[in-house]
Amino acid sequence: MNDTSVVILQIDGREVKASAGTTVLQAAQKAGIHIPTLCHHEKLEAFGGCRLCMVEVQARGRTSYVVSCLYPVENDIVVRTRSEKVDKIRRVLVEELMAHAPDAPELVKLAEEFGADRDRFEREASFCVVCGLCVRYCNEVKQKNAVGFIANGALREISFVPELAKNECWQCQECFALCPTSYAQAAYLLTEALAFPGQRKAPIHGAQAPERVRRVIPINPVAAAA
Amino acid sequence: MARLQSAVELDELRAKILASRDPARPCIAVCAGAACDGMDSAAVAAAFLAAVDEHRLAGKLEVRTTGCHGYCEKGPNVVVTPGDICYFEVQPADVPDIVAATLKGEVVERLVYQDPVTGAKAVHMDEVPFYKHQTRLLIGDNPKIDPMRIDDYLAVGGYAALVKALTEMSPEQVLGEVKKANLRGRGGGGFPAGSKWETTRNAPDKTKYVIVNGHEGESAAFMDRAMLTGNPHKVLEGLIIGAYAIGAQRGFMYTRHDMPLLTKHVRAALAQAEEYGFLGEDILGSGFDFEVELHFDVGIFVSGESSALMRSIEGNAPEPRPKYIRTSVSGIWDKPSNLNNVETWANVPQIISRGAEWFTRMGSEGSKGTKLISLSGHVVNSGVVEVPMGTPLRTLVFDIGGGVRDGKALKAIHFGGAMGGSIPAQLIDARLDFDEMSKLGAPIGAGGLLLMDEDTDMIEVARYLLDFLVNESCGKCVPCREGMPQMRHILTNLTEGKGKPGDLERLEDLAEVTGLSSLCALGKTSADPLKSMFRYFKPELESRIPAGSEGK
Repeated sequence: MNDTSVVILQIDGREVKASAGTTVLQAAQKAGIHIPTLCHHEKLEAFGGCRLCMVEVQARGRTSYVVSCLYPVENDIVVRTRSEKVDKIRRVLVEELMAHAPDAPELVKLAEEFGADRDRFEREASFCVVCGLCVRYCNEVKQKNAVGFIANGALREISFVPELAKNECWQCQECFALCPTSYAQAAYLLTEALAFPGQRKAPIHGAQAPERVRRVIPINPVAAAA
Repeated sequence: MARLQSAVELDELRAKILASRDPARPCIAVCAGAACDGMDSAAVAAAFLAAVDEHRLAGKLEVRTTGCHGYCEKGPNVVVTPGDICYFEVQPADVPDIVAATLKGEVVERLVYQDPVTGAKAVHMDEVPFYKHQTRLLIGDNPKIDPMRIDDYLAVGGYAALVKALTEMSPEQVLGEVKKANLRGRGGGGFPAGSKWETTRNAPDKTKYVIVNGHEGESAAFMDRAMLTGNPHKVLEGLIIGAYAIGAQRGFMYTRHDMPLLTKHVRAALAQAEEYGFLGEDILGSGFDFEVELHFDVGIFVSGESSALMRSIEGNAPEPRPKYIRTSVSGIWDKPSNLNNVETWANVPQIISRGAEWFTRMGSEGSKGTKLISLSGHVVNSGVVEVPMGTPLRTLVFDIGGGVRDGKALKAIHFGGAMGGSIPAQLIDARLDFDEMSKLGAPIGAGGLLLMDEDTDMIEVARYLLDFLVNESCGKCVPCREGMPQMRHILTNLTEGKGKPGDLERLEDLAEVTGLSSLCALGKTSADPLKSMFRYFKPELESRIPAGSEGK
């Protein structure tokens, strides 16, 4: 296998060159073609959890729906980043996520783009969307594992490990800025309040994770659900 | 025992075992399968052993504790050889009668099968309606084998196929035979096992693995458990032959941690196979080395998904990986890994010993051999059944299953558990065939067949099955983690009379998107039962939405 060889594929009608071993998402981004993502971060290993980067791929006469963040580029494949099906997948996924976090700016923007109805599905209690950015950043970049996944299925969520969070998180806080819904921050503060309250006096400002702007979600009353 | 060094030594051992067993000497086989065990068949077996002791019958009467015989409905099951006399619902109090009759060569009439309608009795296994319509190639040896004793397996010809593969055939010939037999995966997908083997064999990496997927978790499926608990060596023999064909040096048995009997039998089988020289270095002097390791799940259904299972063996959380590169090329520790289900492996020895031509004579055009089916639900005779592929469902449901309980009418037949589908009663003449059943929207899956009577609420069935999957999903990807609970929520409302306008459209969107965009097969097929409800039982769904509620 020669990973330096060049692959030519088609994305949205354009011929795109990419290095073998890279993904369709990388090829599209390099060519300036936009594919929405939520759980993707270029410093982290591709996760394939949010499924928003799903595209239509035609390869060897077969059409399939794949996540572009993981699908390897191949010669002669035809990629469509928008189609009726692709848009529908993204719309319903955003609607499902908005059952958790209807006001998260990233989701609000995606909802506009794909015509998602924030009130379509029954509200869920937690505003975590389990993108795993905090967990993976702490594991892969910081190598502290102070926050992890717990439980499985619909009950899966992130949780700080008090014993580790106590010593590691205060001076870092970089995952807060990665979180699309501010849940990581809330979960940390809850952990602190329960497990080691009053150890810190004032919040640290200016903790920054690379490549993402820190977002503060306005605490407005949620528009009355239908 | 010293390791067997050659095929000749195995033949000598087999002859010795057979010589020590007089086929005319009566043997009482007590089923200790999951269902009979639950009905305290252990007490029955203990009573037989006590009777042998008390009356000094050792040498005159053998008592054997075995795996599942199949007819779970009528357990505890006892089969007496010679003659395969079947006694049902045997209690410890019946033991003296059975012992006395057996010694005299007589039959205890009150314990044999009696037809519920005609009252006609059936004494021998091949006369009992539940058994006589079956072709029990895989499960049929269960009453003859104490799963803790490898000698019992050798006595019925065990490991002869391995000898044939190692001494008379090249790995390519073994692979060719399995391909020619068109053996399709019994775990759910129906993918040709031979092609999968070939992919792993041809993958450039020299380190290769073979795996038994014994993680049976599908609702209403209990035949792999019966197979692996009742005759672990058959599965193991298939695995060793497969490893030889593929060129694997190491194998894994991945199974459930929560079945003590299964664990005990598999552990014993692996230890005995190694002791006898069927595992380890230079197997039977052939120069082929192979070892097998036992692994347990962490208790969720998705552990049985191939890529999640492989993550689990690596020691990681059982989360599926996208299979844009197949596990047969890059699986455990990124090495080529061939995974087959228990029943698929169990088919291998007979294909090698009797040939692909014999195997393909059974079944339909596209599905060959036999299939193990777990029969349950509103059926008269629940149990583990084996029939040739292509058998009409009518035979399974009525001739073998005895029809619907309590004289009710049949409403639906459900296949494939929580990831399968339901078809209405009028499709009863469909055939047990991978492709035919898939087209009907009720893929065979692993082989769990659930009967539903006329009073069944199909919406409740869909809700119940989703409820199962919601708890078994790993929760990594959005459509599975979020889509299933939302579908369950709407279905719960419908069953509680709280249906709202737009619910059916919401359900259809969720079902479509979950199917298209989920990471693994669990999510992709989670909405299949619901889709079959839309296909065959839509009026029932519509009746739950208040009138005058078109659209949203």
